[in-house]
Order: sequence, then structure tokens, then C-alpha cells
Amino acid sequence: MTDNRLDNMSENTQTQDELITLLGIDGLTFTSDNVITFFPTREQYHDLALRLKELSFVTCSDLCSADYLRHFERPLPVGVTPERFEVVVNLLSLSLRRRVKIRVQVPETDPSLETLFYVYPGTENMEREVYDLMGINFENHPDMTRILMPEDWEGHPLRKDYAVGRVPVQFKEAPGPR
Amino acid sequence: MPEDDYSDSSENDPFASGVVLDEEGDGVDGDSVDTDPLNEELPEEYSATDEDPLYDEIDIEMGTYEGDQQLEPVADTSPIELLIEQGAVLRLPESAAVVLDPDESEASFGEDETMIINLGPQHPSTHGVLRVMLELEGETVIRSKPVIGYLHTGMEKTAEELTYVQGATNVTRMDYLSPLNNELVWSLAVESLLDIEMPPRATWIRMLMSEMNRISSHVMWAATNGMDLASTTMMIFGFREREMVLSFFEKTTGLRMNHNYIRPGGVAADLPDGWEDDISVIIDTIASRLDDYDELLTGQPIFRQRTEGVGVISAELALALSATGPVLRAAGVPWDLRKDMPYLAYEEVDFDVVVGTIGDTFDRYAVRLNEIRESIRIVRQILEKMPTGDYRVQDPKVTPPPRRRIDESMEALIHHFKIFTRGFEPKVGESYVAVESPRGELGCYLVSDGSNKPYRMHIRGPSFVNLQSVPALLRGSLLADTIAILSSVDPVLGEVDR
Repeated sequence: MTDNRLDNMSENTQTQDELITLLGIDGLTFTSDNVITFFPTREQYHDLALRLKELSFVTCSDLCSADYLRHFERPLPVGVTPERFEVVVNLLSLSLRRRVKIRVQVPETDPSLETLFYVYPGTENMEREVYDLMGINFENHPDMTRILMPEDWEGHPLRKDYAVGRVPVQFKEAPGPR
Repeated sequence: MPEDDYSDSSENDPFASGVVLDEEGDGVDGDSVDTDPLNEELPEEYSATDEDPLYDEIDIEMGTYEGDQQLEPVADTSPIELLIEQGAVLRLPESAAVVLDPDESEASFGEDETMIINLGPQHPSTHGVLRVMLELEGETVIRSKPVIGYLHTGMEKTAEELTYVQGATNVTRMDYLSPLNNELVWSLAVESLLDIEMPPRATWIRMLMSEMNRISSHVMWAATNGMDLASTTMMIFGFREREMVLSFFEKTTGLRMNHNYIRPGGVAADLPDGWEDDISVIIDTIASRLDDYDELLTGQPIFRQRTEGVGVISAELALALSATGPVLRAAGVPWDLRKDMPYLAYEEVDFDVVVGTIGDTFDRYAVRLNEIRESIRIVRQILEKMPTGDYRVQDPKVTPPPRRRIDESMEALIHHFKIFTRGFEPKVGESYVAVESPRGELGCYLVSDGSNKPYRMHIRGPSFVNLQSVPALLRGSLLADTIAILSSVDPVLGEVDR
């Protein structure tokens, strides 16, 4: 249905405006270099994913996160307030053969985000991995438990303030933290 | 180090933030004026440490407390959770939803009618250390849950400590059955940040190695799959063919596995003299032996009975669960990144995307077997079209100078030294690149802060994501078929756990 309108998107110079109109979300920030990237607020995030799914982006190929503690001043479009954490979602449209990226800022004080599980069930393991390694809580996720680390592990290893070698290796002379 | 660095689990407790997700909202109706039960505010004096039955209830229902990665018996699971597991979130048509009524199917099982058993982690047919918890009713699997992490070594964290030059040695160890594809996606991601153009020969060598690796990975899969279905002949056959490919890899890269051959900026070395003859012999031999496989397995009644109609997944479900690779194609979705989002020089070679029809275990077998044939077809074209020229980009900032230049030029020596001690520094930015590995979409997300090490590296492992479809595939199958189904997903646990 909406595919026909979107089909012209790649060639058309008006593409971003059209896509924004189709999405129907006010005040949405985006950039487009080689792949269109949206920078929704946490409130817009879930709606945006829902709308994009209707616009034929049927598969979530990747969901990951980054901790910008030591690289806080990264390039972001005007109007986006940088926060410590960022969740990056890659959506894929099979009919359009293109990807879109969603980068949503997650503050350090309240590291939580609405789950995408009910839009893209394939994000279940990915969100669990982000929770496990980065400590971002996905609200309403059906099974928000650690997935890679042991159940009783303390801390979230991919955070930048989690030092490499902090936990002594069991089988060697303990090297101590670096 | 400040204390709050790794005590987030208690400090950022979701319930301390005052959001209650209990639909009933009973017990907190005191001060609340919010009509939306999902956003009901807790009274101020209510804290997560209170020993309140409500808190305990929410705690269990949401499962956000740490621990409990296990599968609970069906009798202890709420109907909502069962519906979620059964795919009620997929917005199925109403006709299909009738089957999903939990009162009719699973929730009707009483407390002692089902049994939970562990398959693995130490089980030869789990292809590594995969643990699958199965809930059985008699011999039928009614629910299942993969429990992973036994091989987790923190490779994404390790990557942040290695330079871009060293990074290839790290990623190649993830999917140990297709190391060259891992190196390829890493190199492509780094090069997309560097904005450098590859010489054609480097691109075609990468394509050749990647396709040969796809062949070796698929014959290896056929071998283990045969072993899982008690066909030891197939196992010997598969390892025999894989050995030929690995010998060629050893001749070219110096190692049978974990090559560090495809690097940012090109490949480590040119192909050895006489590589055309080697490749011709390998692909001719394997092409003829594929017919043996057909005779041994494809047409064999026992094999077909074990695989046909077993572990069926629909195209909609596979897409919703983000499955890629042979799992998705067997369900009938013609999606192959080599064809649909071409990288390297796949636009210039002619090949077909193999798809299945109903998405059962036999389809996944057939897709992989015929993908070997397509890869052989691609390799034959590469043999004809391999361009001459340089096998790596001649950019002194990215690749080391030729060995003889070091003896002649002080500058070359400095460049050589700089590359192996400090490496290069891509511009600030981030990039997601994906290739089609033998198991599906293999993606690499890189964030650069302008230093010589990646700020963040994330690998989207196809095995990790495809493992989510295992509960859907296993639902309602027999315990004996579980092995066949698990094997047909082809998970590589090194990549699942990273």
C-alpha cells in the first residue's frame, strides 16, 4: 500500500520530507548520509518503530548499545541532547532493499527504554544482551534477565567504567586490575 | 573507583522509579489519580525494599530481578507469558489465534504432568556448549528455552582494547567455522570509516576466500548434521571435503583456521602460485561428491522421514524473529545479502538464491546443499574473471609497505613501524556493515572516536539471532527430532556467546 510511495524514495531528493510526512511524528530529528538515521526521543521511540514496521520495515536486524562516557561530544544533529547511553536499532525492509537506523539517547540516571519486543519479537535476545552487558532496562520485556553473563554477576561489562581485567582470572596468579 | 559504577542493579531498580506494570493495579489505589493502570504512581513511602506482597508479585511477573534464566514448568507460568511464547505478539490472524487459547492447550497441564530436562550444555549434538531446557509431556516437547553464555569471553570488550590492525585477529575467533567472513565484515566496517577504495584484485580475492569458506562451512554442517542423524558416513565425507578447502587456506594464509588474512586495506598476501589449479581440483571434486551426498542422504527414505515436516517455521514467523540465512530462505523468503544488497563484486557474478518451500528441516538441508553448488558456480566465475593488480591498497597509513622497500627507504621503515605499533586512526563516526555469512546476516557495528582503537565494536551474530527461532521450531515436536532441528539451525556457539 504505502510501498509505492516509498519506492521512489531512494532517487528522490525530497525523500526525507516524504518519509517524515509518512511517519506522521512531530519533531522527529533525522539525518541521511548513506542510510537514514532517526534520533527519536525516548517517548517517540516506540511509536517510530511501529510506524516503520507499517512502512514495510518488517525485520529488526540488529539492536545494540554504546556507552559514550569517554566520548561524550560525538557528532549529533542539532536538537539532540547527548546522553551517556545510546541504543542503536537497525531495521530492514525486504521489499525496499534498504535499512534505516534508529539512535535513541538513554540517560545515565534512568537507563531504561520501552521494549520493541511487541513490535519486533526478534529483539528479545538482543535486548537481553543489551541489558546484560550495558545495563539498560527494557520495560515490559517478557524475560529481562541476563543472557551471556552468569545470573549472579555484578555490574555490566560493556560499560566504559567497567575496567578490563577487573575480575581476577580464576586459573592464574591474580593479575589485579589494570 | 566510585562505588556506583557497578552497583546499578540495586540503584536503578526499575521499581524504584515508580512505574508499576501490574495490570490490576490493586493495592496501590491509595493516592493515585492516574487512570492509566500502566502508569500508576506508587505512594512515596513505597520503596522496592518494602516486604510487600505486591512487590513480590510484580517482581516475579516482570522477571527483571537478576537471576532465573531458566525455564519454569508450564504450571507455574502465567497465561500471558504462554501467549507471548506462542507468538501471540505476532498479530496472527484470528483463525490461527483460536489454537493459541492457553486454556485449551498448554496451561491445562497440571503440576506433575510435565517434566523439564536439560539438553546440554555438554552434549555432542548441541555443536558446542548450548543448553536447551525442554519441557516434555511424554515424549513431546511442549516448550523449550535455549540457555546460552557458557562460552562468553567478552570479545566485544576485548575489541575495544585492540587496535584496528589487531582487531581482525579477534573477530576471526567468533564464528570459527567461517573465520574469513568474520574478517571480511570487520574489514568492510573499518574501511567504511576510513573511506578507502579497494583495488579490484583485493575485492575478488576476498570474494573467492569467502565463497570457499562458505563451501567448507556448509560441508562441515552436512557432516555434523549427518552425525546427529546417525549417518557416520556423512560425517567422514564432510570432514574429508572440508579438509581439502582447509589445506588451500593453509597454503594461502598460513593457518587452517583463525587466518587474519582479510585485513583492513586488503588481504595479507597474494594468492599462491598455481592457485587456479588448486581451486579447480577442489571445486571439481566437491561438485562430484555432492552427488554422493544426494545418493547417501537426499533420496534416502530414513533421512527424509527424520527431516521432512519436522521443525516447520513460516516465513512470517521467521521474519518476525529476525531469522536470516538458510533458516529464512528455507521458509521461502528469497533474501540473500549477496543478491539484494550487494557488497564486494557480487553484482558481477551470476548465481541464484536458493529457497525452500515449507521451512522444515529437510528444506534447510536442501538449501545448504544447493548453496554449495551456487558457491561452486561463483568460484568458477571468479577463476575466469580474477583481475590482476595489487592485493591491497597502497596507502602507507593503512597497509605496511612491501618488505623490500623497508631496506631502501627510511620513510617506509617508519610507516611499517607506525602501523604495527600504533595503527591508523579513522575519522570520528559510526557504521553498520553486514555481509551474508554461511549462517545469515553477519553485521558489524563500529563506533570510532578518532583514536587508533574502536570505541565500540558490536557483532550481530547470525547464530545468536537465529537461536531465537529454536523454541518456535521445537514446539510440539518429538524429543528425538529435537536433535535434528537443533542441528538444522546450525548455531556456532563461539559466535552466539562471543
